[in-house]
Amino acid sequence: MASILRFRKLCYVEPVSKPSLGFESFESSKTGLKEDKGSVVDDSPCVDVSLTKEVQTDKKRRRSKEPREWRCIDSCCWMIGCLCTTWWLLLVLYHSMPMNMTLPGYQAVESPGAKLKKEGLTAFHPVILVPGIVTGGLELWEGKPCAEGLFRKRLWGGSFSELFKRPLCWLEHMSLDNETGLDPPDIRVRAVPGLVAADYFAPGYFVWAVIIENLARIGYEEKNMHMAAYDWRLSFQNTEVRDQSLSRLKSKIELLFVNNGYKKVVVVPHSMGVAYFLHFMKWVEAPPPMGGGGGLGWCAKHIKSVMNIGPTFLGVPKVASNLLSAETKDIAMARAMAPGIFDSHVLGIQTLQHVIRVSRSWDSMVSLLPKGGETIWGNLDWSPEEGFICDQAKKNYFQASKHNVSQQTNTSDGKQGFRIEEPVHYGRLISFGKETSQLPSSELQPFDYKGHEHINKKSSCQEVWTEYDEMSRESLEEIADKKAYTAKSVIDLIRFVAPKMMHRAEGHLSYGIAENLDDPKYSHYKYWSNPLETKLPEAPDLEIYCLYGVGIPTERSYVYKMSSSDNCKHVPFRIDSSADGSDNGCLKGGVHFVDGDESVPVISAGFMCAKGWRGKNRFNPSGSTTYLREYQHKPPANYFEGRGVGSGAHVDIMGNFALIEDVMRVAAGATGEELGGDKIHSDILSMAARINLPL
Amino acid sequence: MSMLRRRKGSEIEKDSKLNLKEDENLDGEDENKRKVKEEKKKKKEENKKKWNCFDNCCWFIGLICSVWWFLLFLYNAMPASFPQYVTEAITGPLPDPPGVKLQKEGLKAKHPVVFVPGIVTGGLELWEGHQCADGLFRKRLWGGTFGEVYKRPLCWVEHMSLDNETGLDPSGIRVRSVTGLVAADYFAPGYFVWAVLIANLARIGYEEKTMYMAAYDWRISFQNTEVRDQTLSRIKSNIELMVATNNGNKVVVIPHSMGVLYFLHFMKWVEAPAPMGGGGGSDWCAKHIKAVMNIGGPFLGVPKAVSGLFSAEAKDVAVARAIAPGVLDKDLFRLQTLQHVMRMTRTWDSTMSMIPKGGDTIWGGLDWSPEEYYECSHKRHKHNDTDLAADKGTEHVDSQTKSLPYGRMISFGKDVAEAPSSKIERTDFRDAIKGNNYANGSCNDVWTEYQDMGIGGIKAVADYKVYTAGSLLDLLHFVAPKMMKRGDVHFSYGIADDLDDPKYKHYKYWSNPLETKLPNAPDMEIYSMYGVGIPTERAYVYKVSATSDCYIPFQIDTSAEGETEGSCLKGGVFTTDGDETVPVLSSGFMCAKGWRGQTRFNPSGIQTYIREYDHAPPSNLLEGRGTQSGAHVDIMGNFALIEDVIRVAAGATGEELGGDQVYTDIFKWSQKIDLQL
Repeated sequence: MASILRFRKLCYVEPVSKPSLGFESFESSKTGLKEDKGSVVDDSPCVDVSLTKEVQTDKKRRRSKEPREWRCIDSCCWMIGCLCTTWWLLLVLYHSMPMNMTLPGYQAVESPGAKLKKEGLTAFHPVILVPGIVTGGLELWEGKPCAEGLFRKRLWGGSFSELFKRPLCWLEHMSLDNETGLDPPDIRVRAVPGLVAADYFAPGYFVWAVIIENLARIGYEEKNMHMAAYDWRLSFQNTEVRDQSLSRLKSKIELLFVNNGYKKVVVVPHSMGVAYFLHFMKWVEAPPPMGGGGGLGWCAKHIKSVMNIGPTFLGVPKVASNLLSAETKDIAMARAMAPGIFDSHVLGIQTLQHVIRVSRSWDSMVSLLPKGGETIWGNLDWSPEEGFICDQAKKNYFQASKHNVSQQTNTSDGKQGFRIEEPVHYGRLISFGKETSQLPSSELQPFDYKGHEHINKKSSCQEVWTEYDEMSRESLEEIADKKAYTAKSVIDLIRFVAPKMMHRAEGHLSYGIAENLDDPKYSHYKYWSNPLETKLPEAPDLEIYCLYGVGIPTERSYVYKMSSSDNCKHVPFRIDSSADGSDNGCLKGGVHFVDGDESVPVISAGFMCAKGWRGKNRFNPSGSTTYLREYQHKPPANYFEGRGVGSGAHVDIMGNFALIEDVMRVAAGATGEELGGDKIHSDILSMAARINLPL
Repeated sequence: MSMLRRRKGSEIEKDSKLNLKEDENLDGEDENKRKVKEEKKKKKEENKKKWNCFDNCCWFIGLICSVWWFLLFLYNAMPASFPQYVTEAITGPLPDPPGVKLQKEGLKAKHPVVFVPGIVTGGLELWEGHQCADGLFRKRLWGGTFGEVYKRPLCWVEHMSLDNETGLDPSGIRVRSVTGLVAADYFAPGYFVWAVLIANLARIGYEEKTMYMAAYDWRISFQNTEVRDQTLSRIKSNIELMVATNNGNKVVVIPHSMGVLYFLHFMKWVEAPAPMGGGGGSDWCAKHIKAVMNIGGPFLGVPKAVSGLFSAEAKDVAVARAIAPGVLDKDLFRLQTLQHVMRMTRTWDSTMSMIPKGGDTIWGGLDWSPEEYYECSHKRHKHNDTDLAADKGTEHVDSQTKSLPYGRMISFGKDVAEAPSSKIERTDFRDAIKGNNYANGSCNDVWTEYQDMGIGGIKAVADYKVYTAGSLLDLLHFVAPKMMKRGDVHFSYGIADDLDDPKYKHYKYWSNPLETKLPNAPDMEIYSMYGVGIPTERAYVYKVSATSDCYIPFQIDTSAEGETEGSCLKGGVFTTDGDETVPVLSSGFMCAKGWRGQTRFNPSGIQTYIREYDHAPPSNLLEGRGTQSGAHVDIMGNFALIEDVIRVAAGATGEELGGDQVYTDIFKWSQKIDLQL
């Protein structure tokens, strides 16, 4: 009976899907059954099948073949369909999920906005946000035919989809003119205005959005908050010449000041915006043709405090290597994206050259070169950070052992053993070869620039303009031969390898230290963004904050090598990524690290607030108060925190709750003293003390 | 038997192997094995069967997705000039957009340009909201995709409404206008407002530093934009900045729709002394403004606004209505929807700025109206076009015999609308006592003030039968006293007898051109640019709606149709010439007569120009909303208008444009209006 049942089931199953297998078995069972219980079989619809089995078999075979052929596409479609359906299902679930659902066991930290609102803080001072380099969006206003349809679409920021679709067109539109540093003919790329300019850099990657949202909680909106967006590719003075950005900022601050009941503004610049705002403060008080004609006392009248986030007061070593070989890690975001488009082996060389070409046309890049020369950044033999211990574990051990030392005084020679035998020469910003970076300075020869001239040699790669094409191989070898360059000589080096760029940029920027600040030459705008060559405005009530993250290894100096190929389509120098230090982990992949926020070393971010402007001195004649607020980096505790609420990284710090709270308190009227004055985690004070700058 | 099996099974090696094995041990074991085998197969096939339906679905979805992605990929890979190429292949070479054309002529950006958007076209975003609006911080509530209307309609309505009493923010909610050019370049994705004009201006060198979008929160009254957001101060400061940074070249202001009234208000505000005004001094406009190019300006109000306030039934003042049918099913929820829309729009003071101004003097009384002999039956023609005039000659005579009751802005019943005034029996509604019949109905949460009226009130309103522009105001005061009380502080709708009366220094008169003087700026130019040739709502036939539950008690009597084919009465609405929203009378009268020459409204003799643009619908689908449209918003894409704007921005005067360009009888109609100048 069991077999009959089985058999009937088989019959009802339409055997189309798997005839070759099903048929055979049904043959066997059928013939066996027919002998005993024919009647049952007769009832079943299979009788017909059995009668015409030959014909059917043929038919079925044919039919069975058709679905076979479809199988592959079929299953593909099936797969995609399945994925889509689940995706939509999840999406629907996600959207119907209540907003405030939290995961069990995950305690969200209360946002500073909500916290301070409960404390009763309300909007008081208008807030001006000044974005830094690369974080501001740029959009197209006029372009070449290849950029058709991109009118008022973002070229920089947003999804960067055009970079992938038409990379060369994109590069062409992002570059500026080599000679003037302004728009190339027929191309107008302008900064996106308003808060949208830099709230998110790319979808989901916040820059200012978190600060804005928290400020809004205590009552800020567009009438008392302004984003001073500017074209960050231009030199600072050129933003005024071309777009009147500085005039607009002045008028905006005056308007906010008046509209909000004559309350002074709190300015929050970030990264390069710090230098930009420094320039603004000088510009606004300077007399009209070159300046804004606000008159002395404008800053005192309109500005309550300047809260510099991740300031690049004294420049960033990263930029030097970027200008030399386009090899830094994140200043040029383009590079991070490039590997996706151009395979690094096939087209990588070209990509690098293109990036060099584009970024060398941006004057603002040059503004980030280290300022203050050897006095600040150290020379061949010393540097202010000497003795910094990179390895966090070791550092802890050190602290522990130091602690021990203080308890047991007799283990002093043990401590000696731990001390770095050969101190890292951070002062040698760029050295060719690892051993060069460690040689005593007496064995190094300075590079003689005389006799090395640029020669125009016909090359196949002229469309890519990097000026390296014009240099002879001998000069390049001479540059590289056992040479080390300090902050001062690296500028000479860049001047040598890229004379046109530096010629253009040095009309706008300066990197020195002023001997005499009253020298009339310092009224020229090229000195305004260098804190070592300008005086702060006459504003004794002004507060200057330096807010920055610490606890992340930050690029400080580089080990270079000559790249082997003699091809002209090659950047002749590159970071020697094989150079790894064994001593204390400060040298990794050809880069020496110090403490900082991943982009800006502590010395650049903190020195001015720690020493250069502290108290009444020649750089700060009216004695504006300075505050140093450091934020120890804490990586996000779990995945749900995203980029972390305690991060100290250069951009992620904008989401740091402690920093946001400080900014909000000041905006709501608190003074630096009420915040708690200085908050220092790094060795900035002792480093600053080592720097011998006449004040 | 096994032979057979072998023959069939030989195709599959595995099976044949099994068969061989089976041959070896026959009988019982064979049976067992077969059992196991077949059970396996059965399972397999059952599986197949169970999965089949789901399978097919997945397959189908997968196929559609793949095709979609493929098409998307093709679309993205398509060269950008492809659509243009196709269009050219079908319709012949396109005319150059005005920007390109004028760039070739060598025009360059000269005067900075200020855009003033109108009602509903500007985006609004959330800055602070209730719990239900979590996650919408700085997302657009108005404009864009309107995604939130669909997701959480009640929450949306709550956030879009203002406070009943003050006309400002309700507590705990801050909705603010989007700033910058993005505020009103596109209203929804693909639906341009200012974008075409901006793109064309950019061709001759304009960019953000020379273009400014004076975005404001269009829901609140004009003076309140200054009180709450300091918007007027911002506009002042921005205009000053642009003039200063562009070598002292004065600005060209381009207001659209309600922006026209807003800018009128601004011009008075900026010269008024400080506490109430901007304190710019009496020559601020003369120093900073070259020209005001009003596009589709409802100077004297819009009849549509009345029906919108009265029964939430106008066609596009509340765009929300156009969107609503998709959210709330018409038959099921319609009553509630309309009430919600009404409640929301009645909290917006700005809608009251567009109630017809000037009363019977401008809009006509019971027996006359300026446009009374207008013919709706055929397309209006240019005045010197004799051929057309001859063709339509007969009809001319026909329709001229019967005048149209445009003056009766609202009439209850079609017969009343057309009866001679002497035959209408009217009972005054003003003193009628409002009943309280269904105050405790189930719809208390929806606030429309109609609940307070009761049946007595409704009957009284209907018994008055006919309302002209003058008595309309009384009607609105009667049906919505709270709203009008709020609005009366900010707006006025009369005609001034003596403009020097000190009471006219109050800001509520500033946006009414009939109660203010233009600023003292003899070199300024005022343009009135608007589309013509589209039937535009002018007067309504109403009825009392049948249901007696908490429903809006009045509705347009859509069954009222004119007798003849080309009648002006359609679906309960009398239409006249205009741009679909604003009748010609409202947009043209001030420039045609009220401000023409040196009048008491225009003491310094500012030049006025009328530029009408005849509506031509898009000739084919590829043209989108048309390059010669005259419709209220679509006119912003009209090439002729854009060309005029660009020429003026590049330095041309009104005379150089060719002075007036008139298609309608606006001058004739203006003559009929007996306004003391």
